[in-house]
Amino acid sequence: MNGAISPTILGRLEWLSLPFVRAWQNPTPDELIGAGAATIVVVGMAGTIALITALGKWRYLWRDWFTSVDHKKIGIMYVVLAFVMMSRAVVEGVLMRMQQATAINAPGIVEPDHFAQLFSTHGSIMIFFMAMPFLTGMINYVMPLQIGSRDVAFPLLNSISLWLTGGAAGLMMVSLVIGQFSTGGWSGYPPYTELEFSPDVGPDYWIWAVTLGSIGSTLSGLNFAVTIYKMRCAGMTMMRMPLFCWTTLCTSILMIFAMPPLTVATAMLALDRYLGFHFFTNDLGGNMMNYANLFWLFGHPEVYILILPAFGVYSEVVSTFSSKELYGYRSMVIATMSIAVMSFTVWLHHFFTMGQSASINAAFGIATMAIGVPTGVKIYDWIWTMFMGQVRFTVPMLYSLAFMMTFVLGGLTGIILAFPPLDYLVHNTLFLVAHFHNMLIPGLLYGMLAGYHYWFPKAFGFRLNEKWGQLAFGCWVVGFYLAFMPLYVLGAAGMARRTAEIFEPAFRPWLYVAGIGALILLAALVALFVQLWVSIREREANRVDAGDPWDGRGLEWSIAGPPPEYNFAVLPTVSGGDPFYTSKRNGDAYLPPERYENIEVPKNSVVGPLLGVFSAATGFALVWHMWWLAILGMLAIIITVIARSFIRDTHRIVSATEVERVDLAWRDKLFASRSISREMETTSANQGFAEVAA
Amino acid sequence: MSDPNQGEKDDVRGYVAGYALALALTCAAFAVVRWPSFNRITTLAIVFTLGFAQAIVHFRYFLHITLAKSARDDLWLILFSVLIIVLMVSGSLVILMNLRARMM
Repeated sequence: MNGAISPTILGRLEWLSLPFVRAWQNPTPDELIGAGAATIVVVGMAGTIALITALGKWRYLWRDWFTSVDHKKIGIMYVVLAFVMMSRAVVEGVLMRMQQATAINAPGIVEPDHFAQLFSTHGSIMIFFMAMPFLTGMINYVMPLQIGSRDVAFPLLNSISLWLTGGAAGLMMVSLVIGQFSTGGWSGYPPYTELEFSPDVGPDYWIWAVTLGSIGSTLSGLNFAVTIYKMRCAGMTMMRMPLFCWTTLCTSILMIFAMPPLTVATAMLALDRYLGFHFFTNDLGGNMMNYANLFWLFGHPEVYILILPAFGVYSEVVSTFSSKELYGYRSMVIATMSIAVMSFTVWLHHFFTMGQSASINAAFGIATMAIGVPTGVKIYDWIWTMFMGQVRFTVPMLYSLAFMMTFVLGGLTGIILAFPPLDYLVHNTLFLVAHFHNMLIPGLLYGMLAGYHYWFPKAFGFRLNEKWGQLAFGCWVVGFYLAFMPLYVLGAAGMARRTAEIFEPAFRPWLYVAGIGALILLAALVALFVQLWVSIREREANRVDAGDPWDGRGLEWSIAGPPPEYNFAVLPTVSGGDPFYTSKRNGDAYLPPERYENIEVPKNSVVGPLLGVFSAATGFALVWHMWWLAILGMLAIIITVIARSFIRDTHRIVSATEVERVDLAWRDKLFASRSISREMETTSANQGFAEVAA
Repeated sequence: MSDPNQGEKDDVRGYVAGYALALALTCAAFAVVRWPSFNRITTLAIVFTLGFAQAIVHFRYFLHITLAKSARDDLWLILFSVLIIVLMVSGSLVILMNLRARMM
């Protein structure tokens, strides 16, 4: 059973690479958990395929979704990917908490090596395949609607970004079934991830998944930035854009500049591992500090890539559900821009202890504290936006409020970590783990969930269930505090992060509390899925076809929900901030256009899915040293791109009569709807037509 | 009546001027190194200056970045990009040189 099966064809793949075989030979709980996870992937995959086949939906999926270059569909697919990956990563997080709660002077439920894989996949997935797809999807869906555009600047490139990310996520899932994942953490630090210490396939899976994901993100960033610069509708000056568009612009700029260092770092590590280079090895002139520098040159701006879109969502949500103009719009824009620039001046705080001189540490420590200032400005702006407003505690608003309080706590522990001497004490402990979860759960997850609840009626034409939404919200917040506040205590008491077994009985109560918190977080995830299920079942009662369920302010609310594929029957012209809100007050919202014109929309393309599949196959081949498949995959990628450049017929026309028909049908529904006051917006009376108070 | 091809002629003239300038600057840089007549530091400074002028020529003639209002957005973007790249590169150099000095 040992040894490679067929080196020429299958590279270094062995029977023992399969967790099922390992579990058969050696049925310990650890191996059974591994095989169980693999079974879930295989059964889930087979079940999905069987279900789609049984429903006969392959053609529909292929034609209406996979090959679509419509920014709205791509956005939705990104968010679906994020939810799938989040489910896996949350379960892994829970498993880690269970391990630590049971492994006090005992071996616990998983082996140390398996535990290391758990924290590596949990981190890599949460950052690259949950957070990034979620925010990219949100931006994709909302931003073009908000600036009054028909699509992003490069629709095909958008589809390619999606499928590269999808292919990378596929590699992550395959690593559960074939072989194993890296044990080097989400940051993959060499020299540990070099061949000398990790000769297995794990770091290779990590390298290729992250490389594909980072290329996809760079392309998305370029796409969004160009869209905002070039595709705004008439009258939409930069300073009239909704704040979400500003945070999108800054996030895109960060993606453009911060993702390439990551791609370079992983590529250099790949050269080390595959071709015997010595960039980061211990000997022959390698120096891992170059890796740390490159990685965090990406890693710190990445934090703001993740947080800024959420800030944009909160700005929209707080303003809408307070029925007030966003307080201090100009200061918000300046703060966002400042954060974008300053995020490139603080990366060294991720390696204060690497050995540079005290003065350099001090300089970066001060910069780190300074970046709290623009963030503080934002918090006050949100508070002042609510002040004297007609505040409604809908689910997105609840997330926003929980964010404001929780995020400030995380920010304060960040100030503690920004002191180099204090950082020396708590670095590499659970204090740090608690800190960054305290930033990213409110600063990313709550924001994305707020946006999901807020824009869901726009995307699908019906509201999400409030009760289940509140329950999920409660679980996310209570679970967060129970799971991560104890980690501050444990970290300050000196418990190292990534510990598989604990020998200090005094830690027991705190670990138990954290374990219970993790279970509540799992319940929160389940509640989200139940909410989606319940909402779909009772969708007829909660339709908001008219498209404006929350008395919205931006252009995205001025069209039907869901919008037609060309978004706007006639491109809008705006004359101020909050254009839709103002025109509702002026009585000139919903004015029928004078005439309809033909609209040119991009045709579907198979290039995106093809590139995704080919690049994932290439990555898989490189992981297992199946050189023939790697060469074939790369050739296929090049040929696909060249072949695409010969296709000249890339657009089709939606005729003016069709546009008119759809638009009039929507207007009929709109004027048949009853306008409702804000008190009734979470009831079935809400059909998406807001009553305008005089 | 204005010549309908006037715009095109202006374009061509611009590209030719840009090409000539770029070529001259490149040749000058090579010449300074091929026939050394200054000390090393001065030569290096001259080459850097010529390289900088080269970048500006490319922006001006090939990418059409001018001080005109229509190109102001692009100019801002370029200056912003330069700022970020300077931050990243200079920061990396300071950190790694410092580490190197402390390990020697």
